Amino acid sequence: MTVARGSRKTPSASKPARKTASGSRNATSVVGVDQANARHRAALLEAMLRIRRFEERCVELYSAAKIRGFVHLYIGEEAVAVGVSEALTPEDGVVSTYREHGHALARGIPAEAVMAEMYGKATGCSGGRGGSMHLFDASRRFYGGNAIVAGGIPLAAGLALADHMRARPHVTCCFFGDGAFAEGEFHETANLAALWGLPLLLVCENNLYAMGTALERHEAQTDLAMRAASYGMVAWAVDGMDVEAVESAARRAAGAIRAGAGPHFLELRTYRFRAHSMYDPDRYRDKAEVERWKARDPITRLTDRMREEGRLGERELARLEKQVAEEVDRAVEAAEQAPEEPVQDLLRHVTSAPPEGD
Amino acid sequence: MAAGRRPREAETTYREALREALREALRSDDRVFLMGEDVGRYGGCFGVSLGLLEEFGPERVRDTPLSESAFVGAGIGAALAGLRPIVEIMTVNFSLLALDQILNNAATLLHMSGGQLPVPLVIRMTTGAGRQLAAQHSHSLEGWYAHIPGIRVVAPATIDDARTMLAPALTDPDPVLIFEHGSLYNASGELDASAPPVGLDHAAVRRPGTDVSLIAYGGSLPKALDAADELATDGISAEVLDLRTLRPLDDAAIASSVARTHRAVVIDEAWRSGSLAAEVSARIAEDSFYELDAPVERVCSAEVPIPYARRLEEAALPQTADVVAAAHRAVG
Ligand SMILES: Cc1ncc(C[n+]2csc(CCOP(=O)(O)OP(=O)(O)O)c2C)c(N)n1
Ligand SMILES: [Mg+2]
Repeated sequence: MTVARGSRKTPSASKPARKTASGSRNATSVVGVDQANARHRAALLEAMLRIRRFEERCVELYSAAKIRGFVHLYIGEEAVAVGVSEALTPEDGVVSTYREHGHALARGIPAEAVMAEMYGKATGCSGGRGGSMHLFDASRRFYGGNAIVAGGIPLAAGLALADHMRARPHVTCCFFGDGAFAEGEFHETANLAALWGLPLLLVCENNLYAMGTALERHEAQTDLAMRAASYGMVAWAVDGMDVEAVESAARRAAGAIRAGAGPHFLELRTYRFRAHSMYDPDRYRDKAEVERWKARDPITRLTDRMREEGRLGERELARLEKQVAEEVDRAVEAAEQAPEEPVQDLLRHVTSAPPEGD
Repeated sequence: MAAGRRPREAETTYREALREALREALRSDDRVFLMGEDVGRYGGCFGVSLGLLEEFGPERVRDTPLSESAFVGAGIGAALAGLRPIVEIMTVNFSLLALDQILNNAATLLHMSGGQLPVPLVIRMTTGAGRQLAAQHSHSLEGWYAHIPGIRVVAPATIDDARTMLAPALTDPDPVLIFEHGSLYNASGELDASAPPVGLDHAAVRRPGTDVSLIAYGGSLPKALDAADELATDGISAEVLDLRTLRPLDDAAIASSVARTHRAVVIDEAWRSGSLAAEVSARIAEDSFYELDAPVERVCSAEVPIPYARRLEEAALPQTADVVAAAHRAVG
């Protein structure tokens, strides 16, 4: 297998992709394309709204002490999870971080299962044992939120290695932050994946901060895509606040990976609107900077674009909002009612064999 | 000592006491510097170093990238070259990314070099569970580190120890690991500024008693003290021994406590198998076998990765009631 040469071109959203999974759409008539595009955009919008409203509710629930532990919000970064997930099939694998509500919801894990997990209930997607930072769903090949920065990256390479060795046409998508880029585990894995030509999509969510440390205070060379390319893989920097640009880049990368071009790296330039976690007093960044980025809100950006093109009526938007709000309401209601895991089951799932007396 | 001028009754927190100790160290020795993730601009992930960047500047309060192995290794190198680094690792959970540097370099260089290369390095980190942070953020691995010859391991559990253990750690010619239990940062109390320095060699009797020794350290000390209160209402006089230094263990203090009470309960938030509690129990069996009136009891965490859900986490961790029950079993 040949390893693609490093390239840092930023694929633009408008440029027709050469070898993308969505390429077949170009075959239909112009009107059909427009309608399909409109429907697709509405789906992107709905997916981003779901994450946003879900997390806004999490903030309220945290204040009410219904949810505890570390909770890291994705608000502002929704375009990344939604755009990238569009490029993945149900058979692909996903490895995530502790900031993974967005990845989990975009992957199709029901809001009810995620909310129940935040409540620590037995019906949660990890049986209440993981909480916000450890959402898992094996049936969706969602290999979890990992709370050790960069801890999931080598694991993702292993998933990709298995697919590679079995010649399965799957991509493993691994999300991680700019902070994780500094860890040895990222660099060791990047080299390994390029060396072995693994079907791995490395998705770096560059939100410009690792907790309180700004990118230029933790990286000597802040052009992350260029550095990734130095390992001998294709790497692009993409506007992570534009869901369609993200989707287009992710489709191109996933298509190339499926065609055997080896690992690809996407640096998605984005921003978290909220503090790092519920414990963070957010003292290290300028309020004006946060406001500047909020003006680039990926949800507003998409709705504006749809409105301009006459593709989004106020009624349609209200309908989407209502639908998402009801879904979140139902998730909270279900989590409230859900049973707790009995304390007698504390020792379950430590090893595969049931504990004695089970 | 700066703190000597503070009023005796000053209420302070464990966090502030640690900060005061850091401030004093940075003021009194220009070879000392602090480095770690978010120690500067952010003020430390638990707020311990808040304000120190402003006071000492970015050379001496150094933010690092997320590169535990690299900055711990750099701390070892700087110590070899004559500086006195204090390296902060956010939590023990992430120290595993630096375990190779700690075990294969810091702990071995003196010996491998035939005594030529001492490593006067201090590494601080948070440890422990109890805040619903789930399995990857709740480890108590100080017992692992206490397994390693060549390093000293300490666990300040009181405001006074938070204030006073750093200075002797910095004068120790060898690596010292300081474990701060996450549940202690907000603990507040009076700092006894006039108390003489206690050093790093000895365990401390935090409450004298005659019927049973409750042997604890770090985040388990408050639970042991609460248990002793409760036992007192049942007419049982419990002595509480705070180990303070986990390596080397103060064997004499353990033996003399058991000689007074003839019964021992060891409390350790780590898992029971292969734990520090196992080591302490073995030493009691070796040194004090004929003093014992009952088998040694251990109160440790359940053998499970610490779960997120509140009830499950509480059930997994040693609780005061478990200590009380163990003491009752020992007393019979
Ligand atoms: C190995 C390790 N070191 C430190 C931490 C503490 N920590 C959690 S998140 C974080 C910042 C990570 O930043 P980044 O990778 O950019 O992701 P973001 O939070 O911005 O999404 C830090 C330092 C950790 N969880 N794991
Ligand atoms: Mg970041």
